[in-house]
Amino acid sequence: MATTPTRDGPPPDVAEHEIAALHDDPRFVDLKRRLFRFIVPATIAFLAWFLLYVVLSGYARDFMGTVLFGNINIALVFGLLQFISTFGIAWAYSRYAAREVDPYAQELHDEIHYGENAQ
Amino acid sequence: MNLLAQATGSGRTLTFTLFLLMVAATLVITVWARRHTRDATDFHSGGRGFKPWQNGFAIASDYMSAASFLGIAGTIALFGYDGFLYSIGFLVAWLVALLLVAELLRNSGRFTMADVLSFRMRQRPVRTAAAISTMSVSIFYLLAQMVGAGALIALLLGIKEGQTFLGMNADVAANVGIVLVGLLMIVYVALGGMKGTTWVQIVQACVLLGGAALLAIMVLVEYNFNLSNLLGSAADASGAGSAFLEPGLRYGTEVPGDAIATMWSKLDLLSLGLALVLGTAGLPHILIRFYTVPDSKAARKSVNWGIGLIGTFYLLTLVLGFGAAAMVGAEAITAQNPAGNTAAPQLAEVAGEGLGGSATGSIMLAIIASAAFAAILSTVAGLVIASSSSLAHDLYNSVIRRGTATDREEVIFAKVAAIGVGAIAIVLALFAQSLNVAFLVALAFAVAASANLPTLLLSLFWKRFNTAGAVAGIYGGLIAAIGLVIFSPVVSSTPNSLLGEGVDIAWFPMSNPGLVSIPLGLICAVVGTLMSSESQPQRFATLQVRALTGAGSERAVEH
Repeated sequence: MATTPTRDGPPPDVAEHEIAALHDDPRFVDLKRRLFRFIVPATIAFLAWFLLYVVLSGYARDFMGTVLFGNINIALVFGLLQFISTFGIAWAYSRYAAREVDPYAQELHDEIHYGENAQ
Repeated sequence: MNLLAQATGSGRTLTFTLFLLMVAATLVITVWARRHTRDATDFHSGGRGFKPWQNGFAIASDYMSAASFLGIAGTIALFGYDGFLYSIGFLVAWLVALLLVAELLRNSGRFTMADVLSFRMRQRPVRTAAAISTMSVSIFYLLAQMVGAGALIALLLGIKEGQTFLGMNADVAANVGIVLVGLLMIVYVALGGMKGTTWVQIVQACVLLGGAALLAIMVLVEYNFNLSNLLGSAADASGAGSAFLEPGLRYGTEVPGDAIATMWSKLDLLSLGLALVLGTAGLPHILIRFYTVPDSKAARKSVNWGIGLIGTFYLLTLVLGFGAAAMVGAEAITAQNPAGNTAAPQLAEVAGEGLGGSATGSIMLAIIASAAFAAILSTVAGLVIASSSSLAHDLYNSVIRRGTATDREEVIFAKVAAIGVGAIAIVLALFAQSLNVAFLVALAFAVAASANLPTLLLSLFWKRFNTAGAVAGIYGGLIAAIGLVIFSPVVSSTPNSLLGEGVDIAWFPMSNPGLVSIPLGLICAVVGTLMSSESQPQRFATLQVRALTGAGSERAVEH
């Protein structure tokens, strides 16, 4: 590694063992936990919601065909809700990641590349 | 109301002019990009300097193919609600890419999907498997797009049976269409690399979204922005009544008096849904797009841009599909193309005429025709660069040269590979023209979901995963998906099958293999892993720290 790394330009190279060494660091374990705390439940939720929608489309057609008003039925509303939930989860994840993940990831990234005392 | 009768004279010239303008603009971009492409990072990843919005437009352009523009609009126009269901699978799938794949892939890989898969494995077997899977997905997808392009050219130029245009009859025009699309994609990729391809895709995304938005607004104006009225007219015109607005006319259909056929048909719907939602995050041409931005945060933002653009686009196709059902009618659409692929261009003509007479009709047809070509060209270019990158980086450099090839050699090989893949795709598409190849897009998604996604996720998250597991997972998923389709009604036993009714080797009852092949791919990966004792905890630790923190990740190049 360079002796006095600066923050201008690309960060200095690091050896593989320096990266791997962080794997058991409590802060990395915490970073993983922070990420998984969002992506695991969110993935289960949107997959379940999508499969529910497909299953209803296949097996509960009378229910899906229920007219709510005019020519708008539950099938259309559920379909549009899939759009809204997709946009919503994408937005919520980006907000969560920016607040709860990115700063901690950056801290570890900088420590690996610039050393413990780099600020 | 008949596209063939209308699309003559000035309309045809206009379509031609707009198309040539778009091609000229994209070629200028390609020549510019060629001068700014110096090393392998430029060629494979466009220098990693793209802004999130730029990559988002390119992602959308890769994804919005003829299948999702003409195909979904046509399916909605003919079968109503079920076309919408298809587009929802395509959209929700992006959450898998956003939450589980994009950022981690950007941080840990370099140029291709195999970079991540082989990170802690033995390079040669894993990269060979990944290259084969990448090629399979890309070729299936390419064929479907190019055969579609051929049919479209003849239809959009309005060449009837027995008629000619510039001395071409319909069959010749279709051949010319395939060769033209093939040559353009080769030029975009071989000359412009990822930089040129990305900018071409950005332009084409704007053409496609602009055209679709304009037409959707014209339809909505016709119905005073009342969606319920539009749906009502579509249902009335379809002759199916309220069933047109409900699921069940196209997928998971009820077979009266045959409970077993009905059961398989409904499971087939589930199988399709599963492949759509899990396939996207395993498509090689989508995955390599995440390498074109500076870091994982930019990758996340570009997926968000992609989700916004793609979601908007599918909402537009919903309007276009029901608009075509209401304003053009199923009879006129199927008379033109039995699969409904010309529903959107036909709608453009009718809606344009309704607003401003036949001249407006011709202009709208020309705009939508150009939008359709933009959709095809941008997708095939993305597929060609994904395959040539994988052939050059994975197969040539890592497997054949064992990593000793120079940057320059790898780029030259990639360009040759782009020409080779393009040439093969042209020849295959010319032969496959008369076949019903629409199933190939669904098959590409099924292979991506069965072979690529499970191994990708296990690489990133399962410590024990190893070479044997990755190789078994890729080949297992790939063979299961392709094999089951070969023995399905898609290939034989029905009048619509690839081989027709005369041949019957269809013992697998579903057209979509996902429900079986995805779990099978996963099981192969797990069993393969457990049968081998190989383990590289140090490499896994490096991979995870790198994936989550970006430490040691590839940086943008500065020229």
